[in-house]
Amino acid sequence: MNRYRDDPAAIRALVRDDAVHRDVYIDAGIFHLEMQRLWARTWIYVGHTSQVPNPGDYITCDLAAEPVLMIRQADQSVRVLRNRCAHKGAKIVADWSGNAGRFLRCPYHNWSYRTDGSIAAIPLRQGYEGTGLNQSEAAQGLRPVATEIYRGFVFARLSKDGPDLRAYFGESLSSIDYMVDRSPEGEMEIAGGVLRYMHDSNWKMFVENLNDSMHPMAAHESSAGAAKELWRDQPADAPKPMAIEQLVPFVSNYDFFDKMGERVFDNGHSYSGVNFSIHSAYAAVPDYEAAMIRTYGEARANDILGTVRHNTVYYPSLTIKGAIQTIRVVRPIAVDRTLIESWSFRLKGAPDIFFKRNITYTRLINSPMSVVGHDDQHCYRLLQEGLAAGSNEWVNLQRNYRPEERGTHDLTTNGLSEIPMRNQFRAWANLMSVA
Amino acid sequence: MTEAAITRFIYHEARLLDEKRWDEWYELFTEDGHYWVPLTRDQPDADLHTSLAYEDKLLLRLRIERLRRRPPSQHPQSWSQHILQAPEIEADTGDTLRTRTAFHYAEARGDSTQMYTGVVWHDLVREAGLLRIRLKRVDLLNCDAALPSIQLFL
Repeated sequence: MNRYRDDPAAIRALVRDDAVHRDVYIDAGIFHLEMQRLWARTWIYVGHTSQVPNPGDYITCDLAAEPVLMIRQADQSVRVLRNRCAHKGAKIVADWSGNAGRFLRCPYHNWSYRTDGSIAAIPLRQGYEGTGLNQSEAAQGLRPVATEIYRGFVFARLSKDGPDLRAYFGESLSSIDYMVDRSPEGEMEIAGGVLRYMHDSNWKMFVENLNDSMHPMAAHESSAGAAKELWRDQPADAPKPMAIEQLVPFVSNYDFFDKMGERVFDNGHSYSGVNFSIHSAYAAVPDYEAAMIRTYGEARANDILGTVRHNTVYYPSLTIKGAIQTIRVVRPIAVDRTLIESWSFRLKGAPDIFFKRNITYTRLINSPMSVVGHDDQHCYRLLQEGLAAGSNEWVNLQRNYRPEERGTHDLTTNGLSEIPMRNQFRAWANLMSVA
Repeated sequence: MTEAAITRFIYHEARLLDEKRWDEWYELFTEDGHYWVPLTRDQPDADLHTSLAYEDKLLLRLRIERLRRRPPSQHPQSWSQHILQAPEIEADTGDTLRTRTAFHYAEARGDSTQMYTGVVWHDLVREAGLLRIRLKRVDLLNCDAALPSIQLFL
């Protein structure tokens, strides 16, 4: 029984201009509708082309709680297929990554498929003579998913129809450009492993938090505040350990986070750190900057290096941190269960210091053993539990609300505004209320 | 130094953690000491590969200071229990030695208890007749699994 499935008005009523109803976070029926109506209709991040360099290379993951695999073809293109045998439905590939050679084969009855998903062979095929197998669903093999690639980032859309990738992400794609262009060769590759952090909370709590500039000074006082205090007695010009350089800015004051700025786009996308961010004050690397100027010219190189956006949210599945080349990928599992994957990129042609920064940052902030992550995760769980309380069923998103923000397509505001969440829920309501 | 003394040292180290005697535990490490929980099996280094944790004394001090502040995620508090097999001495050069100890680790918080198992490697140095830790490396059996928050020291 899902009381929202056939009631678009009830879904619309969950989202006000400046508040949302608690059911968006705690109702299991809403979660299932989100997978079908929101996640399946949008461009979801699958992986990066550098993870599958050779024909037959694949990775597997769940998109909107559906198993898929991303596989490199003999012609070098990359496809995303549903990871489900056409025969009885077993997952074809169980490993997280590997090389299939020329064929994918189901371990149960040996149905085998070409890397494009078409059926290559079925054992004892004569058993299907006269049965009409060619007209069955099974004859179509492993079903492909609509796939588009932007600068190595592979996105898939489970639904047949919908906007193309550029129309869906629009100007927010510039955050990916600014990240990739930090390579003097204009290319990145995945490296250094993936941190997989299980959250016992709804996926939106994580996504909203990425552009929530009001929480660091509260939730991260215990970790970043302790780091600041440990470093307090050092002279101002003492070379900072990377960990101190990265942690201390988390407890910058409200004025700092307000002046960082927020920018929101259609379809729920946004970024914080329009003017500067907590990543702005990292030490300069002169040789690298010279290489950047050789590649891009002085003006563009300065533009790239001076752009240090904090988190960009590619609603709903991907968040990126261009200034240090890390991404966090959202994999919803249940209404109160979400897997967050943290991946690191190496900038081709850049010195190791950038990759070390990246590795240090993601370990300090995004690991299941992170002293910063623990407090975020704990707060999301408090939301999940606290929303069960009666009498007030509304989550307030009113900070810096202005009626004129409705209907804008590209708006820059002060950094402490809750506009990124309001913007996400406007996109949410549009998709969710269409059956 | 006898094998019994080395074994006592390893047991003592775990006990300090379970009793939250973090300052004493911190002092067991050499000035260049590290605590490392790799992310993958046979991970060669922690500089150019992500780890679950890789902490020098500055970061260990930070973790201890944070826990002392009763941060949000320590309401309710976490408690740990290490169960160790007898340590085996894998290498002994006189000044330094390496031990291998299989372990079970439980971390309880409120109504939930997490269970982990694996192998802990200690690289120890002898200083003025005392043992100190240069590297404590914890190889979790499920290091590559999707993990919830692990808040105390393995």
